[in-house]
Amino acid sequence: MSSATFRNTLRVIVLILVASLVIGPLLASFFGGFKTNAELRTNPLWLPDAWNPQNYVAIFLDGNFWRYMGNSFFISSMTVLLTLVVGAAAAYVFSQIRFFGSRMIHSYLLLGLMFPFAAAILPLFIKVRDLGLLDTYWAVILPQTAFGLSLAILLFKAFFDQLPKELFEAAYVDGCSYLRFFWSFTLPLSTPILATVGVFVFVQSWNNFLLPLVVLNDRSIYTWPLGMMQFQGEYLTQWNMILAFVTLTITPAVIFFLAAQKYIVAGLTGGSVKG
Amino acid sequence: MSTLTRPAVHRRSNTDRLRQGLANGKFTAVLILLPPALILFSLFVILPLADAAYYSAFSWNGYGTPTNFVGTQNYERLLDHSVFHTALWNTAKLILVSLIIQMPLALGLALLVYRKTPTNTLFRLVFFLPYILAEVAAGLIWSFVFDGDYGITAFMFQTLGQESVYVLADRQWAFPAIMTVIVWKYFGFHMMIYIAALQSVPKDLIEAAKLEGAKPRQVALFVQIPLIKHAIVVSGFFAIIGSLQIFDIIIPMTNGGPSNSTHTIVTYLYTFGLSRLNIGFGSAAAVVLFVLAIGIALFYQRATAKEERT
Repeated sequence: MSSATFRNTLRVIVLILVASLVIGPLLASFFGGFKTNAELRTNPLWLPDAWNPQNYVAIFLDGNFWRYMGNSFFISSMTVLLTLVVGAAAAYVFSQIRFFGSRMIHSYLLLGLMFPFAAAILPLFIKVRDLGLLDTYWAVILPQTAFGLSLAILLFKAFFDQLPKELFEAAYVDGCSYLRFFWSFTLPLSTPILATVGVFVFVQSWNNFLLPLVVLNDRSIYTWPLGMMQFQGEYLTQWNMILAFVTLTITPAVIFFLAAQKYIVAGLTGGSVKG
Repeated sequence: MSTLTRPAVHRRSNTDRLRQGLANGKFTAVLILLPPALILFSLFVILPLADAAYYSAFSWNGYGTPTNFVGTQNYERLLDHSVFHTALWNTAKLILVSLIIQMPLALGLALLVYRKTPTNTLFRLVFFLPYILAEVAAGLIWSFVFDGDYGITAFMFQTLGQESVYVLADRQWAFPAIMTVIVWKYFGFHMMIYIAALQSVPKDLIEAAKLEGAKPRQVALFVQIPLIKHAIVVSGFFAIIGSLQIFDIIIPMTNGGPSNSTHTIVTYLYTFGLSRLNIGFGSAAAVVLFVLAIGIALFYQRATAKEERT
């Protein structure tokens, strides 16, 4: 009995230790945003002497911050929308309609699961430029969608395959077309998987750095990771400002994570177990 | 006779199928629903990868069409470049740290928190949190932690009465610092995969082992871990493929420095390919990355498929 309580105490101590190592840097940057740079030198980790929000307020009043966030939000939302529509449409065909070559096309579209995105980045830059899309939202949205399609199709098809076949047979007898069935039955019945893939794609797009870095040069169209690097370049050693900026950009991500963690975890583990 | 009737039957069933398909809009559906995915995927995934292979045979700055054919020269220059050797070695180190430190850590923590209790859920959320943060944000926060003037490590050195070390500007410490951040960032992801698997291990197996007098450590080693082998294999795969592509974290922390000692394959191909508009040369590095990724993936699948069958 006592050995069990001892073991449990040890377990809790280990967990708290790891948790503080995980949270520590995040809290330090939240606190740091309230400090002056001089205070950071003597107290980089703990609570600030005074909760002075002027760094945060300065960033809020700077229009660039909102523009970066807005750009990121638009790009992420459009990527989600496009991935869901295009991916679900293709997965529906593979799930419901057999035709010559359909399995080959299916395997072809799943190739993306194996390919490292970074290997394509230089030709992507050339392609996007030749299409005249540099410094547009589409320069980020379209390649992101294309690279997210494989996982989306994999997850959607697995879900569609499990929908009851009787439903389609009944609708078929009533003269329902494939297109209408997709729109009025398959999609509405698939909200759980649409939400899972949507949340997952959103987070990936929101955090993406390499692709926007390569295809966006105009500051007015920067996503927030680019804006943050720009901000860091301007403030260099003014760590209090930089920490305030970082804190403001990761706060929505943390809130979103807490609200949608069920879907994020399902998307991850679902994708990994089936992939 | 039978050879005459057979094709007729065949043809009729084909036209039947055709009529049936048309009536329900089968063909319209395929023609409308499939092309968007095919076009997007071909245009932005397959074509660029093929282009990379093509460009890698040219000396090209990205403007006009590539005409200066150089054969395998880009690859030779790449293999002669000591920074590329460093980048390969660093990438290998990332893979090793992921497999040898990160995964056992994640597995140990998963075993501690996989049971569904409120405190466990809380710990799980905390451990998983770094994974959903943007890599650049994480990199920036940690470059503050390691800052030699304002950072937390500077403060620790000061408190100990030591001279401050500029961790990220030090050739010896910069890459270990980066590896620490990568473990911090990704262990929660692997932990979640193990937790999902551990929760599906039948409880009576664990109870039976306990009744036989097995200690918790023995239950973990001989019952739980063997039963979640598949999850471990999958997470190992993600660890390797992920390590090959590390980029975002390096840029805010060291940007490949000091003196090019912290490059990975991807920061290398970005720095020496795109920033300097050596598209041909960078593409050669991209091809190496691609071949490594596919090669390791196939090798890993083979090796683990054998392992899993036993």
